[in-house]
Amino acid sequence: MSLTTRRKLIYGSVAAVAGVGGLAAADRLARRYGLIPPDSGGIYGPGETLTYACQRVLNVRTPAREFPHSMISKKPFANEAYPPGDEFKKLRAGGFKDWRLVVDGTVAHPLVLSLADLKSLPVRSQITEVACEEGWSYIAEWIGTPLGAVLREAGVLPQTRYVAYFSIDKVIWDSIDMADAWDQHTLLTMGMNDGDLPVGHGAPLRLRLPRQLGYKSLKYVNHITATDDIRKFGKGKGSVSPDFGYAWYAGM
Amino acid sequence: MPAASPVQEQTKTVRHRGVVRVTHWLTFVAFIALIVTGFEIVISHPRFYWGEVGNVNTKPLFVIPIPASRDTVPTGYNYVMPDENGWSRYLHFEAAWVAVLTGLVYVIYGLWSGHFRKDLIPERRDWTWRAYWGRITKYLRRAPPDRAEDSSYNVLQRTAYLGVIFVLFPLIIWTGLAMSPAFTAAFPWTAALLGGRQSARTIHFFVSWLLLFFLVVHLTMVAMSGFWRRVRGMITGYVRGSEEAG
Repeated sequence: MSLTTRRKLIYGSVAAVAGVGGLAAADRLARRYGLIPPDSGGIYGPGETLTYACQRVLNVRTPAREFPHSMISKKPFANEAYPPGDEFKKLRAGGFKDWRLVVDGTVAHPLVLSLADLKSLPVRSQITEVACEEGWSYIAEWIGTPLGAVLREAGVLPQTRYVAYFSIDKVIWDSIDMADAWDQHTLLTMGMNDGDLPVGHGAPLRLRLPRQLGYKSLKYVNHITATDDIRKFGKGKGSVSPDFGYAWYAGM
Repeated sequence: MPAASPVQEQTKTVRHRGVVRVTHWLTFVAFIALIVTGFEIVISHPRFYWGEVGNVNTKPLFVIPIPASRDTVPTGYNYVMPDENGWSRYLHFEAAWVAVLTGLVYVIYGLWSGHFRKDLIPERRDWTWRAYWGRITKYLRRAPPDRAEDSSYNVLQRTAYLGVIFVLFPLIIWTGLAMSPAFTAAFPWTAALLGGRQSARTIHFFVSWLLLFFLVVHLTMVAMSGFWRRVRGMITGYVRGSEEAG
């Protein structure tokens, strides 16, 4: 064996050991600090995990972009919504007076809230952008109760790691980690642009999450569950989106 | 081809270093994935805008006259293309990671080894329009390359590679990140400097065309100077003596 070959072999082995060791250490750190997304398996897992981990480290405390009143879009585009069924039609006919938001899971006091109950909690408004994965976007003013206020009211237990939320149709559901759940901009939205939230935009209750793409901002939300193990829900990938081929984390 | 004799061994010239070869092919694979998935993503909304916002209720800057893969986009065609957005987005971002990490390794290596200084920054005597014009007319005459070009690049190649590495790639990464709602939350100026999220998307689209244009020219030049000889050079690192040059 020539000297250069031997040297190459030694360098190669050292690099390989360092690489494997580094990956193992990174994996341990990432698990400890919650940097692995629920859909981290499969061929797209490595890319998804890198994206989520980097974004999580970058923007734990950076709020979503807010815009001036003058930038509100005149005609916000309401994307086609999942058609709500008969139960929804009945509630709508009654002016959503009988609409209830159920809050359960790893909380000290499970709640059942009417829209009036929600409005009695601190309400805030914010002007943020809805950006769809298709490429289009619009800006609107959103008025509602921060999810964090509801979670505080329910007394979220310390082991909670995710908050899952469900649309009234029970088919569409999603979840977010606690950094997004406590974020001031994560809003249980009831009003839009100085009026009630239109049905096309998810009335009576839409969970707005402006640091992620539009598909995470679920419409017609009537159930919120705090959990310490998101893999118990659905197919275990954190939302219904991966079933349709979409990433759980949509901050890109 | 006969087995290489010792005489031919001596005429072999080192053309590409190992790091350059490996990063070249990784970038190639990532780029093909990015172009294909980028096309799939764009057809879900083949309208482009300038500024922060844009949707079917606002006036577009321009429209690509093709059917869309979503029926909510009024394209005028009575046809909706197959929707492949889900896996395309997963793969687009995974391939982007491969391209970015590969690019980082390449740039660090290029600075550290002197690859940029020796092989990519045009030689001092070539900093004239005449040098560029001279190499262009040489291409047009289909004249054979100088022996010096066996082991390094001419002034046109150097300029094109520098433009791709230090202008187009950084720009496509920046405009890509400026479309991310989480990244722009952390760094709002990345979108603001470009004129907004939709401007970033429009620039991203044009830069991807420029990169595709580079790929086509690059492949044409490789084909003209002996396709398999050049491909072999990028795999093994060597080109053989001028008897094979064409």
